[in-house]
Amino acid sequence: MTSTGERANAAESGRPERGAPGPATARPGASRTAPLLSLLRLARPLRSRLLIAAAAGAMATGCGVGLLATSGFLLARASQHPDIAALSVAVVAVRGLSIGRAGFRYAERLAAHDVAFRVLAQVRVAIWRRLDTLAPAGLPAFRSGDLLTRLVSDVDATQDLFIRGITPPLAAALAGSAAVAACLALLSPAGLVLAAGLLAGAVLVPVLALSAVRAPARRAAPARGQFSAALNDALAGAADLHAFGAQDVALGRAEAANRELAGLAARSAAASGLGTGLASLTAGLTLWGVLLLGVAAAGSGSLSRVPLAVLTLTALASFEAVTALPAAAVQLSHSRRSAGRIAEVMDARGPVTDPPEPRQLPAGEFTVSLRGAQVRYRPGGPLAVDGVSLDLPPGRRIALVGPNGAGKSTVAAILLRFRDLAGGSATLGGHELASYRADDVRSVIGGCPQDPHVFDATIAENLRLARPAASCAELTDVLARVGLRDWIGSLPDGLDTQVGPSGAAVSGGQRQRIALARALLADPAVLILDEPTAHLDPDGRRSLATDLLTVTAGRAVLLITHDLDGLDQVDEIVVMDRGRVVERGTHEKLAAGDGQYQRMWRSTLPMPA
Amino acid sequence: MAASGQARGYLIVTALLGLVVTGLILAQAGLLAHVLASAASGRGAAALHGSLVALLAVVVGRAAAVQAGEVAALRGAAAVKERLRSRLARHALHLGPAWLGRQRPGELTALAAGGLDSLDPYFARYLPQLILAVAVPAAVLATVTSADWISGLIIAVTLPLIPLFAALAGLQTKAQTRRSWQLLARLSGHFLDVVQGLPTLKVFGRAAAQERLIAEVTDEYRASVMATLRIAFLSALVLELSASLATALVAVEVGLRLLYGHLDYPTALLVLLVTPEAYLPLRNASAQFHASADGITAAGRVFEILDTDVPRGLAVPGRPAAPDLRSQTIIFNGVSVAYPGRPRPVIDHLDLTISPGERITLTGPNGAGKSTILAVLLRFVAPAGGSIKVGTADLTAMAADLWRGQVGWLPQRPALFPWSAAENIALGEPGAPRAAVERAATLAGAAEFISELPDGYDTVLDERALRLSAGQRQKIALARLFLRQTPLLLLDEPTAHLDPASAAEVDAALGSLTGERTVILVTHRDGPVLGPGRTLVVRDGAVTEAGHGALSGARTDQPTASAVAARPGTAPSAAAAPAI
Repeated sequence: MTSTGERANAAESGRPERGAPGPATARPGASRTAPLLSLLRLARPLRSRLLIAAAAGAMATGCGVGLLATSGFLLARASQHPDIAALSVAVVAVRGLSIGRAGFRYAERLAAHDVAFRVLAQVRVAIWRRLDTLAPAGLPAFRSGDLLTRLVSDVDATQDLFIRGITPPLAAALAGSAAVAACLALLSPAGLVLAAGLLAGAVLVPVLALSAVRAPARRAAPARGQFSAALNDALAGAADLHAFGAQDVALGRAEAANRELAGLAARSAAASGLGTGLASLTAGLTLWGVLLLGVAAAGSGSLSRVPLAVLTLTALASFEAVTALPAAAVQLSHSRRSAGRIAEVMDARGPVTDPPEPRQLPAGEFTVSLRGAQVRYRPGGPLAVDGVSLDLPPGRRIALVGPNGAGKSTVAAILLRFRDLAGGSATLGGHELASYRADDVRSVIGGCPQDPHVFDATIAENLRLARPAASCAELTDVLARVGLRDWIGSLPDGLDTQVGPSGAAVSGGQRQRIALARALLADPAVLILDEPTAHLDPDGRRSLATDLLTVTAGRAVLLITHDLDGLDQVDEIVVMDRGRVVERGTHEKLAAGDGQYQRMWRSTLPMPA
Repeated sequence: MAASGQARGYLIVTALLGLVVTGLILAQAGLLAHVLASAASGRGAAALHGSLVALLAVVVGRAAAVQAGEVAALRGAAAVKERLRSRLARHALHLGPAWLGRQRPGELTALAAGGLDSLDPYFARYLPQLILAVAVPAAVLATVTSADWISGLIIAVTLPLIPLFAALAGLQTKAQTRRSWQLLARLSGHFLDVVQGLPTLKVFGRAAAQERLIAEVTDEYRASVMATLRIAFLSALVLELSASLATALVAVEVGLRLLYGHLDYPTALLVLLVTPEAYLPLRNASAQFHASADGITAAGRVFEILDTDVPRGLAVPGRPAAPDLRSQTIIFNGVSVAYPGRPRPVIDHLDLTISPGERITLTGPNGAGKSTILAVLLRFVAPAGGSIKVGTADLTAMAADLWRGQVGWLPQRPALFPWSAAENIALGEPGAPRAAVERAATLAGAAEFISELPDGYDTVLDERALRLSAGQRQKIALARLFLRQTPLLLLDEPTAHLDPASAAEVDAALGSLTGERTVILVTHRDGPVLGPGRTLVVRDGAVTEAGHGALSGARTDQPTASAVAARPGTAPSAAAAPAI
């Protein structure tokens, strides 16, 4: 069951993106096949391996065709009762071809998988480089776990593209051409018929089959969505349904959607069968055409019994080359969508650029300042942050509060060099942030971004991300500072405890505290904490909010929070709304005033009795 | 049952069409051999007119039969999927909220909605191929043997080698195949993990270092996956090899006997043409088996869920109805509850007596077991030890639905369904007249905002179209309770996440609902507390008495759950310091 809190949070993270640029806009006129080509371009260094795989596939098919054709030769020639020496080559060839067919198929499969994995490594590195410059502000996917998961599975799916979508057509083209060439040499009209038949089987039939299934599949999508929604509602609300004895009502709704889905599936069966039927028909008619021409030529004496048998059996066997192609067409159609999403990422504009000659970081202490900072998510779009000024000298703690979508996290993104300014200035030690390398800036301005990620590794490994050389004593010490001493002591594996995928093996509060410990361990001069108490229950929120104010005493901190508890301890509270600073001052001053902070503060308090 | 009958019908049609295809394959080979041999002896197209037309008819008929077979198979698949979806939905819901809570969110929906679609290759390709794999070799064997018994013998000897080798190689390679899948899944998991954590890596300046690591890890995985694939693909190699060697064997043997005049040309051609057909369906079936692996996995997961028994004591249909809770006492005697995968019991030897009309407040830290006590009373979880008596009857022996008919539940975040507001309120009383629904809504304080919805009580409460506030949602859930009027009320932090104004309104409505009923309220330590009555502190699965109304604060005069009075300090200055 999704909690309302999570929904609210998702809504917030979605909000600033509403007018945000789809990165796809970078190349509006790109043709529909272009993404696949750009993916293939990434595989260019592996071209020769790809060709080897295709050649092995072609050889396998070729051996199969040759096996039947040579057998035909053997029988036709034998029926003329020649000397056995006339057959000896054919006998050896038949045996060799039969072994070659299996051997080359094995080689093809291995080579195709090998090249696919090599391409995967290239694609992964290429996309990682791109994501490194984009994350998190340059890509909407970083706002949605689902989009990110899909992007990663798109990248993974490139291996299927190469195994099923690229190698088989290449192999089919090579083997098919060889078969056609052989037939052309024996009887050219028959060779032309075979060429036409193979082309139809390789291109026309898969394309027709694909377009025939597309329409019913489109109709089924909303029905499937309806069924999913109805089932999801029933399962997510299972407790309420059980408590009120209403299971059958909810199941009835899902059942209605299920029946519709089944009806559509039955109707789409006809379209699906079309491809298989057409493939069989194409192969059969081609064989028949070749046979007819061959028989006519034999009747007129221009073709003797041996070439007739070889010709017909070659035509019969050569359709093995195209059997894998309908599946390849489906794969290419899938991959085109994946490749399109990958291309969007590759083409997306980076949110920040490093200067050509970056400045050295100041040696001693420094102040980080914003003056009238403005941010737009896209050129010409509305200002998401408008005229924000603040100063973070050493030791000063500022809390940034305000409603969802007020622009608080965007201020953090400016300081972490995740976003460039549209106006105003952001300085570090008196010089523009943009004059430093972004990585350098983040070595002194750090902390916890919103929803910090806990990696599927041990607690120690997660912490050492911040400081690889940290000793166990240092790790234990920093965990103690964030209130995890007892917990870590209670774990049988201690620091070596695995936190599971996305930290699933630890509680939400522990996850946030580990992230806080990691930020403290990195020990940046300026610490930015973006909603460190999000996703916690009221108990956990309050205790973490208190703890983090204690451990951050004496350092420069920008704390973005919804929890007003304990904010009397920070030096300044900045209240934002719709991208602007609406109020600022100490807790004492703001709580006594009559502004937005006072209203927020009041609403957290019990009502007067 | 209708769906399964329908599915069986389609499968029978699929099988019959498979036999038709088998016949046409043999007919095609026979006609081809006849035409080739006749043409070789000088007869032209005109003389072979009849055979050529027959061959055309066979070719077209074969395509039609193949298509019809696939259509029938897919329709059968649709029927089977419909039935599995329906059974899965029903059974998953029956397994109850506790079981559902342990499943990955969305997994069941994805399985039912999309996962089962991967059964299509199983039904449309593998099953028909399986039928052919039995029918075609048998028919080929019969045909060849009747034409030339020696070739028949070769086929009869080599044919069983294919399933034999397949089984042997399969045994050897199964573990390797599974290992390579696991490796790939882990690789993919690693990349997803680092991509998700990229913003974090950037903050700590570790993003660039990962680039090399990603290439290295991918390459390492490639090396080990390829090592396993080299063995896993051997099974396909063996199959392919035995099929093509057998074809070669027959071709050479037939050719030599033809050479010495022991066999005529048409027969030799027929044998050559049908021999590969004997091996083809077996190899295809083996390939299609792999292609339908996803579907088989999905179906396996579905059956695993369908075979999960509803825990004893959660749903006991057809047993005696529960005794009347207005007069019966509920007694927990040494009750323990343990959740799978948790080392310690959530509730440990709990003794608790709930008298009719009593008000009990359960308080204590998160995860102490407060909500589990309510879940036990709702029959969502069955105790692992101890007993719960209602009067003299055992709680777990009663029909769960009849028992729940006496229990009203107000959770912290009630589920609303995308049905009309009236249907949502009438969740527990589907047949309730509109007037009763409206009265319940009025009592719950929901009437006002419902009347302002576009279609009033007929407005569909669709999350995407309509955003109800948490307070409004809670009022609809309250209206459910007013409509149902149960003697026992279980309130689980009903106002914990509401803003103060809504919390006060819900509190007031709760005040008029509780009346003479038995009430158990779960609350946060500084949340609302019931008026007169017992307050029990739940800690580590055990319960200690905190006294009678000791925490009820200033509002003992009002017997209602109140988020207001319990919080210490009402002046802003007093609460400025953390109140805990």
